Amino acid sequence: MRRTRENILLIFVIVLMALALLIVLPTNSGVLFNKNFQYGLDLKGGSYLLYQADLSQKSPSETDAQVMSAVQATILRRVDAYGVTEPVVQIQGTNLLVELPNVQNVNDAINLIGQVALLEFKEEQLDANGNVVNDSSGNPVWIPAMATGSDGTQEELTGKYLLPNSYVDTSTLGQPEVEIAFDSEGAKLFGEITTRDLNKPIAIYLDNTLISEATVDAVITDKGVIEGLTLAQAKDLSIELNSGTLSVPLKVIEQTDISATLGTDSLNKSLLAGLIGILCVAFFMIAYYRVPGLVATVALCIYAAITLAIFKLFSVTLTLPGIAGFVISTGMAVDANVLIFERMKEELKRGLTLKMAVAEGFHRAWPSIRDSNVSTIITCIILFIFGNKYSAVTVKGFALTLGIGVLVSLFSAITVTRTFLTQLVNNGMIKGLTLYGGKHD
Amino acid sequence: MINIISKRYWFFLISALIIVPGLISLIAPPHLNLGIDFKAGTTMTLTFTPEITQSALSDALTTAGYPDANITYSPGSKQYFVNLNEITTTQYADLQTSLNKTFNNGVNYVSHQSTDAGQAKTTAVAAIIAVIVAAVCIMIYVAIQFRKMPRPFRWGVCAVIALLHDLLVVIGIFSILGRYLGVQIDLVFITAVLTVAGYSVHDTIVVFDRIRENMLKGVNKDFEKTVDFSINETFVRSLNTSLTVLFVLFALFLIGGGTIHYFVLVLLIGVITGTYSSICNASALLVVWENNEWRRFISWIPGVSKNKNTETKAV
Repeated sequence: MRRTRENILLIFVIVLMALALLIVLPTNSGVLFNKNFQYGLDLKGGSYLLYQADLSQKSPSETDAQVMSAVQATILRRVDAYGVTEPVVQIQGTNLLVELPNVQNVNDAINLIGQVALLEFKEEQLDANGNVVNDSSGNPVWIPAMATGSDGTQEELTGKYLLPNSYVDTSTLGQPEVEIAFDSEGAKLFGEITTRDLNKPIAIYLDNTLISEATVDAVITDKGVIEGLTLAQAKDLSIELNSGTLSVPLKVIEQTDISATLGTDSLNKSLLAGLIGILCVAFFMIAYYRVPGLVATVALCIYAAITLAIFKLFSVTLTLPGIAGFVISTGMAVDANVLIFERMKEELKRGLTLKMAVAEGFHRAWPSIRDSNVSTIITCIILFIFGNKYSAVTVKGFALTLGIGVLVSLFSAITVTRTFLTQLVNNGMIKGLTLYGGKHD
Repeated sequence: MINIISKRYWFFLISALIIVPGLISLIAPPHLNLGIDFKAGTTMTLTFTPEITQSALSDALTTAGYPDANITYSPGSKQYFVNLNEITTTQYADLQTSLNKTFNNGVNYVSHQSTDAGQAKTTAVAAIIAVIVAAVCIMIYVAIQFRKMPRPFRWGVCAVIALLHDLLVVIGIFSILGRYLGVQIDLVFITAVLTVAGYSVHDTIVVFDRIRENMLKGVNKDFEKTVDFSINETFVRSLNTSLTVLFVLFALFLIGGGTIHYFVLVLLIGVITGTYSSICNASALLVVWENNEWRRFISWIPGVSKNKNTETKAV
């Protein structure tokens, strides 16, 4: 009975190994599931931005969470319209984390994302006699243009009455302009305003800055143009108008840019280092522990394949510290085997048979392996929570890869090593006690 | 058989000799050389084609309005690291324009990071909390695992003291490195330090586990002898495990690239001191406590009467 159970385990381990390999290879797609490794910004290059939302300026009727998710949706639309591939826009409390891989002009992107994009239509303030009110320097005072909405209340005409289909065009004079279209409510408001202000100037403000001023020469309802912009400004404005206004202002509180070349360079170097390190470990284990060392090396390879397969399957984002975490966990994976093999040697010294020594080695070493790994997992959990809460992507990535690595290493060092070793011993394939670290008779 | 426990005060002395210089550096301002994650400001990494001199960059930054910019040069990667006070994104864009003009577009912006003061403080506080929470959780876990032993809490406390020892060694060395080589403390450093914490306890627990097992088996009536015996039994394992981890770390340190250089250095130092403390300090502390050797220290304090009950052997 025992034999059959061990045979089933052996088949299970081999099937698992094959599945893992099919998922991992080839590295850029995978035979199974066709998934790619997800690389963090530090490995592929790009910009990491942390915005803080000024929630003191939200309307009292909305909760913080509502405001944040509205802001997130707006930013996501803008980033998409800007043409960023695989952007990340995440809410972290009152902060918004934005990752823009492979963006060339980061400063432009930041300007685009951070704009509130509050578009206002204003008219000149008139005194009781119908004369234009001027400020101290002789310029007209602009006040928001109001009109009666469909529910009978006075409404301010702003960008929220625009349809999300504005586009950049060239005026007859060859100047860039943004074509806008109002929704039905906006058309009603704009119609009333242009009727009232016929042959008078109307000003368009973006985020409290005057961007264009024109005289109304006809009653307009559904459409309009915004002039007085450079081509780049016109493009950004169009994206912003289509994505909607931000309900609260955003401020950049942290920014990191990494060039793509640095990222690729780091990835290649750390992978090479990891490979060399693991080869050294394999050499050491085989030289010191002989047959069990060889088995441990095989288990280490299976461990690496399973861990990488998990990274791929669950789209774990690999950062540089994350890869370091993975590489370090291979060292820890070996630790469990070292504990077991040292125990086996002790049991062999006490005169136990090979078969019993193997069983005892695993049995006795287990509490130490369990206790020591739990302390590492506790650290990983705390690191993960800490990294998640404070937007520290690198910390989170490291905790996750190390944690997954430790869990898989428990499986590989115990189940995989035991299965192979038991098979070898039971089938009497390799008998010499010295090959297992015991002494000559 | 190596007599480690009988030489315990020598090992404590070695630990003290390593920790004290770092501790002095930590106490004396500027304590730690805080990096961009914990201090508001802007850092940028630049390379130039063709190569320029540091004074040319300094002049260019002065022209751009940053005479206080702190510049360091890494000859290996030919990279310049520029530290500025906190600047806005617009100011950063202006600075780029100015530098591009001065160096005829020969500037390559390798990386750039900007942190605002509020965010920096939040992160620093969170990092300290993370270290404390981790230490407390580990102490509780060890106490639970050793609940069948007399005074289980003692084991947890000793494991955590060994852990703090390792953290002090690492942080002290980095305080000195920060002072003389400009090595900065960042989030990645905190990650590495917490990993060292996990590893340190990992190593200590294996030895403690063996002491527990041998006590339950009743190997020797004398606690001190049981501890010494257990350390010897686990000695090869401790060394071999550290060796395998060190192989990997050395490879990462030598060829892993500049970005994780200091991250790996923290782990290297941490694994070495973690192995040392679990063999030479943690279990020795258990013995010190069991023998109530604390009384000797108390009796050294002026004003406290000498206790006749000191039954411990002199070092």
